[in-house]
Amino acid sequence: MEREGEVFTSEEMERQRMDYIYMVSKGCLIISLNAELDHHLAEEMRHVIDGIIDKRGVYRIIIDFSKIDFMDSAGIGLIMGRYKKIRDYGDISIVGANESIQRILLISGLHKIVHIYENLNQAMNHQKGGHNEK
Amino acid sequence: MKNNIYDNYCEITFDSKSENEGFARVVAASFCTGLDPTLEEISDIKTAVSEAVTNAIVHGYNNGPGEISMKCMILDGIFTVIVHDDGVGIDNIHRAMEPLFTTKPEMERSGMGFSFMEAFMDELKVESAKNKGTTITMKKRIGAQV
Repeated sequence: MEREGEVFTSEEMERQRMDYIYMVSKGCLIISLNAELDHHLAEEMRHVIDGIIDKRGVYRIIIDFSKIDFMDSAGIGLIMGRYKKIRDYGDISIVGANESIQRILLISGLHKIVHIYENLNQAMNHQKGGHNEK
Repeated sequence: MKNNIYDNYCEITFDSKSENEGFARVVAASFCTGLDPTLEEISDIKTAVSEAVTNAIVHGYNNGPGEISMKCMILDGIFTVIVHDDGVGIDNIHRAMEPLFTTKPEMERSGMGFSFMEAFMDELKVESAKNKGTTITMKKRIGAQV
């Protein structure tokens, strides 16, 4: 609550909590992580994200890792699960991943199925059908 | 069972709850700071410990109640961490360690846990038997890249 307006000024901002913030705009769900993405957080997030995908017709998901520096295999499971859900009509982008998170993406092979961008602006400018940048 | 042969030793026991995953990996990472690890080494240890503790919670105790113990030790620049649970144990360790193998696909377990432990630590040993709990021992030399 304390940072209202700082990250997302839009009225689209729907949830702001300690662990992550999300907003939905024109079929695009942007999730900005504030806490390490492990099994504990992934369990909660997948229910929230799936609810949004179903209710709001989301076809693009952008996950912003720029504020965190840790993800384990539970994060891989979370991204993979959402990928399976929307792959026929949408895509997933990951932005702001530091070196260790990129290594996890690489070892798991996830870098082959998600788009990777340095920052949110790059991802936002990307149109569906464009291709992976590393 | 504190043992004076180590340069440093620590032991914690905590409830099998997912909120303790973060606690355990931070304890392990903090414990190594005396060895002056690189950021990459810290990150490797955090990932490996997180995977081991998550396995204990999700598979060992099937998300139910239980106790997990973690011992950390340092000897001659080598960090060792032992994660133990008294849960259901692993039927087939060889199969469990295969990349992408998981008994809980419905929970979106990626099957990468042991692969990450192996990739990020120098040594991984898994001891388990059905209904006898599981002990995971991992070692890593800190400050190896000069």
